[in-house]
Amino acid sequence: MDFYFSLAQLIGVHTLLGLSAYIVLLTGQVSLAQAGFFAVGAYTAGMLTVLAGWHLVPALGASALSGAAVACAVGFPALRVKGLMLVIATLAFGEGVRLFFFNFDYQVAVDGIRLGPLGGEGFRQIRFFPENGWGTGEVMLFMWVFVIAAMALLWWFDRSRYGSVLRAVGEDELAAQSVGINLTAVKVSAMTVGGAIAGVGGGLYAHYTTHIEHSSFNILVATFAIAYPILGGLRNVFGTLLAVIFVQGFLVEGLRFMGDWRNLLFGALIVLAMNLRPSGFLGGRRRA
Amino acid sequence: MLELKALSRHFGGVRAVDGIDLAVAGGQIFGLIGPNGSGKSTTVNVITGLLPPTSGTILFRGEDIGALPTHLRLRAGIARTFQNIRLFGQLSVWQNLWVAQNSAEDRARQGFFARWLGGQGGVREEIARLLEFSGLAHKQDELAANLAFGEQRRLELARALAARPKLLLLDEPAAGMNSEEIAQLRDRILKLRDTGITIVLVEHVMELVMGVTDRIAVLNFGQKIAEGTPAEIQAHPAVRKAYLGGEAA
Ligand SMILES: Nc1ncnc2c1ncn2[C@@H]1O[C@H](COP(=O)(O)OP(=O)(O)OP(=O)(O)O)[C@@H](O)[C@H]1O
Ligand SMILES: [Mg+2]
Repeated sequence: MDFYFSLAQLIGVHTLLGLSAYIVLLTGQVSLAQAGFFAVGAYTAGMLTVLAGWHLVPALGASALSGAAVACAVGFPALRVKGLMLVIATLAFGEGVRLFFFNFDYQVAVDGIRLGPLGGEGFRQIRFFPENGWGTGEVMLFMWVFVIAAMALLWWFDRSRYGSVLRAVGEDELAAQSVGINLTAVKVSAMTVGGAIAGVGGGLYAHYTTHIEHSSFNILVATFAIAYPILGGLRNVFGTLLAVIFVQGFLVEGLRFMGDWRNLLFGALIVLAMNLRPSGFLGGRRRA
Repeated sequence: MLELKALSRHFGGVRAVDGIDLAVAGGQIFGLIGPNGSGKSTTVNVITGLLPPTSGTILFRGEDIGALPTHLRLRAGIARTFQNIRLFGQLSVWQNLWVAQNSAEDRARQGFFARWLGGQGGVREEIARLLEFSGLAHKQDELAANLAFGEQRRLELARALAARPKLLLLDEPAAGMNSEEIAQLRDRILKLRDTGITIVLVEHVMELVMGVTDRIAVLNFGQKIAEGTPAEIQAHPAVRKAYLGGEAA
């Protein structure tokens, strides 16, 4: 049973990652920055519960805020680049965040034990769940409350005018501007909401693994995040959920025997998907 | 209403628009004609802010709008259609009009929350009116990409009207239409003029241009070679040579 609970936890966290990329992708931005927001949220929540003694729920609120703030800051320069340049710029950002945490030391003695992030060693002993006696099943249910809330939020956005505006921008930026849509506000707000969702995902991740380090937030995680909505399609949020279940439940478990070759397959998949849908994501018609 | 002063837009060595002076009076239908590549679409793109001018001034209702980004020019009252239709193909007809509710009035009427995150209630009547005007009411839930060509043109016009424009720039709205559709378009353009909208009509279809416009300017190689009433333009020797003659050849 525990195997299924932990798989459900993993799927929950990755669904949050995927949803954070989904809303950004609606505006036509292929972002590999989501792992960076995820990392910021993970370290924020971990430090607040471990070092400051916060309860997890407010700590996750802080994860959402820090993820959103960083994403908002990334959103503005991201406006200037499109297509492959955006992919590369956001990838560079994500790597920058990873390297930051690789070098980030902030240890404090709690009850005589030094705790906190320790550079390449990572951040161990994020023990909110075991300390409070939560079992795997309870942890899983707790996590899924957030996953369902995020799905409901994006579902609601999709039904509202905001959702149509996001899609309009994703389809044709020139036409969107020409009907009076403020591209800056729309794209940055989508990035910010995505950052908040990734931040919460990171906070949950840190607590169920109890140990995070820079490599938990590498390019593979960023690639997963964007691959989910691309594979699942942008019709609605359930596509992303299905893609996560497919990738984490079947591919990752099923292809374990392929070792590192597995990662190569994911890279190939994403390139393939982008080539099949060039007009949707990577620019399309240029001339007015 | 609209005034262009020494407006230029060059692409490298190509002088797409080369020092144009134009004045469009309020309430007019103003024709902008010229051979292929003479700079008509570029002029429209510069007026709406999609392209920055190389030099020159754009005055709208007496104010210099040269520094405004496109979406603010729209909110100031300048809407347009595209020569090659640019609808949001994966949105429904209704949603295409919904996202275009960006006029100053619409923005003031609803609070932030209702405007962005509210449902479809608040704008139903307005959109129904636009659908009625363009004869698309029965297609409101269809994806825009699935519309027939003539319907797409009508939807694009309705989408521009959703902004409650004061100035409407139509870039070859009759291209690809049959004569019946052109007659309907002509009626719509005249109706819009009667509601007080100033219209700039870029068009190759002479029966339409000569029939509805109050004034016409002719571009050739980015320069204005003539301006006058339709009758004056038809009689103008330089125009016959550059444009009408060119078409007959
Ligand atoms: N984005 C661009 N980059 C480079 N050259 C351009 C661009 N847009 C237009 N041009 C050039 O500027 C000139 C004017 O083009 P424009 O589209 O304004 O003509 P037009 O009068 O609208 O023609 P048509 O009747 O064919 O629509 C052409 O020579 C065209 O090739
Ligand atoms: Mg043109």
